[in-house]
Amino acid sequence: MTRTVPPSSEPEAQTATAPKDVAPAAALNAGTSDVRALLTSNLRQSGIYVAFVVIVALFAILTGGTSLSPGNVTNMVLQYSYILILAIGMVIVIIAGHIDLSVGSVVALTGATSAVLVIRQGMPWYVGVLAAIAVGLLIGAWQGFWVAYVGIPAFIVTLAGMLLFRGLTLQVLDNISLSPFPSQYGRIAGGFLNGLLGGNGYDAFTLLIGAIAVAGYAFSNFRTRLARVKYQQPVESFPLFVAKIVAVGAVVMAFAWQLAHARGLPIVLIILAVLILAYGVITKRTVFGRQVYAIGGNLSAATLSGVKVRAVNFWIFVNMGFLAAIAGVVFSSRSNGAQPNAGNMFELDAIAAAFIGGAAVTGGVGTVIGAMVGGLIMAVMTNGMQILGVDQSLQSVVKGLVLLLAVAFDVYNKRRAGSSR
Amino acid sequence: MADHILEMRSITKTFPGVKALEDVNLAVERGEIHAICGENGAGKSTLMKVLSGVYPTGSYEGEIVYNGEVVRFGGIRDSEHVGIVIIHQELALVPYLSIAENIFLGSERRGRFGLIDWNAANAAAGELLRSVGLDENPVTPVGQLGVGKQQLVEIAKALSKDVKLLILDEPTAALNDTDSEHLLGLLRRLRDRGITCIMISHKLNEITAVSDNVTVIRDGRTVETLSLASGEVTQERIIRGMVGRDLESYYPERESHPGEEVLRIEDWTVWHPTQDRKVVDGASLTVRAGEVVGIAGLMGAGRTELAMSVFGRAYGRNISGRLFVHGKEIRPHNVSDAIDAGIAYATEDRKHYGLNLIEDIRRNVSAAALGKLSTRGFVNGNEEIKVAEGYRQSMNVKAPSVTSVVGKLSGGNQQKVVLSKWLFTDPEVLILDEPTRGIDVGAKYEIYTIINRLVAAGKAVLVISSELPELLGICDRIYTLSAGRITGEVPVAQATQENLMQLMTKEKELAA
Repeated sequence: MTRTVPPSSEPEAQTATAPKDVAPAAALNAGTSDVRALLTSNLRQSGIYVAFVVIVALFAILTGGTSLSPGNVTNMVLQYSYILILAIGMVIVIIAGHIDLSVGSVVALTGATSAVLVIRQGMPWYVGVLAAIAVGLLIGAWQGFWVAYVGIPAFIVTLAGMLLFRGLTLQVLDNISLSPFPSQYGRIAGGFLNGLLGGNGYDAFTLLIGAIAVAGYAFSNFRTRLARVKYQQPVESFPLFVAKIVAVGAVVMAFAWQLAHARGLPIVLIILAVLILAYGVITKRTVFGRQVYAIGGNLSAATLSGVKVRAVNFWIFVNMGFLAAIAGVVFSSRSNGAQPNAGNMFELDAIAAAFIGGAAVTGGVGTVIGAMVGGLIMAVMTNGMQILGVDQSLQSVVKGLVLLLAVAFDVYNKRRAGSSR
Repeated sequence: MADHILEMRSITKTFPGVKALEDVNLAVERGEIHAICGENGAGKSTLMKVLSGVYPTGSYEGEIVYNGEVVRFGGIRDSEHVGIVIIHQELALVPYLSIAENIFLGSERRGRFGLIDWNAANAAAGELLRSVGLDENPVTPVGQLGVGKQQLVEIAKALSKDVKLLILDEPTAALNDTDSEHLLGLLRRLRDRGITCIMISHKLNEITAVSDNVTVIRDGRTVETLSLASGEVTQERIIRGMVGRDLESYYPERESHPGEEVLRIEDWTVWHPTQDRKVVDGASLTVRAGEVVGIAGLMGAGRTELAMSVFGRAYGRNISGRLFVHGKEIRPHNVSDAIDAGIAYATEDRKHYGLNLIEDIRRNVSAAALGKLSTRGFVNGNEEIKVAEGYRQSMNVKAPSVTSVVGKLSGGNQQKVVLSKWLFTDPEVLILDEPTRGIDVGAKYEIYTIINRLVAAGKAVLVISSELPELLGICDRIYTLSAGRITGEVPVAQATQENLMQLMTKEKELAA
């Protein structure tokens, strides 16, 4: 979320030969629509955060505070981590204008591969993890090949993949569940870093990590600010800047506080945090990330701008396979085994997270952070309704409506932004 | 006292924060062709949307008097009901449906049981096609027709609605000369049948050729209505109304000092990507530093295909021939190679092939040369803003900041963003495909100025254009292309529209 001061400069002095002031109406028009775009884009971006806060508060009140209790916050992290990991890859796929329906089956197949090696063959846990990742990369390369080089729509390729990899899962597992994993493997999704520094009924280490994260956030924001000042870019006023960092810091520390009072820092949270940071940077700041947005925004224009569209599309799917494998490892670790129907419908949760988080069906729009918040909205709602004992069927109805309304809000906003001319 | 079919009285339309139309008056006589002209963003399209009910009564001030009565339209259906039909610049036809299906789309003639009687519909469609002079079977899918014929189908569709007042928004923008001529002829015939036409157009020669009156709009206000009947109103006079002053000339002066050869294309042959025919056949040409070279050709002559195939094989298959930049042979396999070799190609269709409309100016300017802004794969966002800001100012892009979304800029400003994008790749040779299509006179002049600045800086520029006066105005040399072959090379001093047209229509020579 960026707040910039209103753009100040008017169109600059015109060159002497150019006809003077030919289209002030157009300029005026563009100016207003830009302010509007700024407002609406801020609304679009902040709307999701506001919705998240409202939903968290709502369920905190409805459950009498239970939903925010240390134990439950920890549970939520463990329970939804794999959906969030999938959503990171999914939002990138969606920004490029594709879709991936196969990730649930890929979660199952990679988890099953790992289970066969570790449980049945008795190999060490890391062999299982590496094998799962290798399978994920292979699957990604397979789907990327069909989408990027043969030109089959991703919807078809991944629909086929959904069936294909589900079938292979059944083959690998001989139609039966495998369990349990050795305890080291279980620590991936169920383990905690705690007691490293001791504490009085809470884990000081978790708080320390929280504090380091906040400091890192403040530092990187400050550096960005300095760089912007150096380039004479508008920055938000200093009090606002400080307020933003304090607010984020407070939320992170409150979160860490709750974790510290439960079982400490979940290992899977560290994995998730690293992935979110890394992919946040990749999508926003790298050439590859830019090319993903360019392809989704206008494929032909991207092609004619020298973007190697095929290669980019290929790697997008390889990356999705990689993240699906990570999710597969986390899920198999959490469920302490591999089941033939593991990961069923995960693709829909991941897709929903991306769209609730502001990604556009037509491509070119979306953020990793948005997808994470979208996923968390779903997580908080599901978890809250479970605590309240809401019937499963009703949960599904509510989730469906939230997805619909979130996208409807998005479309409505875009239409308003687009009708200014 | 003239018989006015339509009077729009002091129309004011305000969008949040901006007045698109202010006190606009328009009076159209029954049975005339009335042209509306003005620069992009002047408010022509907005005015027509008010008239056709896209903006319903109440969303604007002022009144519309139609056939002597004040009318209030709640939507397009209301205006169509009284015989006002608008044909938009982007045609609203469904390519997979037949001509007849398109004509009756939305007003299907239902027979018994509410089913459509296709025999009757096809027969009626055939009748309508004959009245617009289109010799096609009504069951032909519209997608198989060229743009010119599709335009005629649109008019046939309007006629099926019993049109009294036909509004055409830039009807000839996408048509070649023959099709334009045909369309304008049809408008005359419709006028003779008593149908009043309002035509929005940029093409002043067409306006002076067919219309009876022209209303000039500038900055959301009516400037004047000129009567063309006497034939005394010149194009220069209209331009003065549009831009508020005389253009000393359409084309800025430039001294020509061609240097050494920058681009050489030898024996370039390109096959159609799906059909078994050559689109470009053995074309050879050269462009020197500091020189503007034009390519003239009719639609389908292979101009864009030639340019795009040179630009990293972005079009066609079985491409053969040799390419030299600064005397060194290059073999670009993709667009990225071509950019690296110093070739830039600004497309004729900026909305579909040139720009990412949902992104801002900054991201579009950097799109073709992100490598220049990044180290080890990481983009320097601040440097990017600085670069884009530099181009925004030097190109005089009218937008408040480089974070303005490109899709909301006017055509001329979008074109400047496209040019900025390609200049940032620092090309040796710049291929401009229809650089001034769909942009207004003032912005055209600015684009020409930019081209002059480029050649003054020693770049080589290759311009493709459908407008011969434009080529004659800005080029040093002009190649003519006909059916994929270069049929002539004419220094601009010896070129006239007539001799160019002769070369452009020259038949294939038998001896190869």
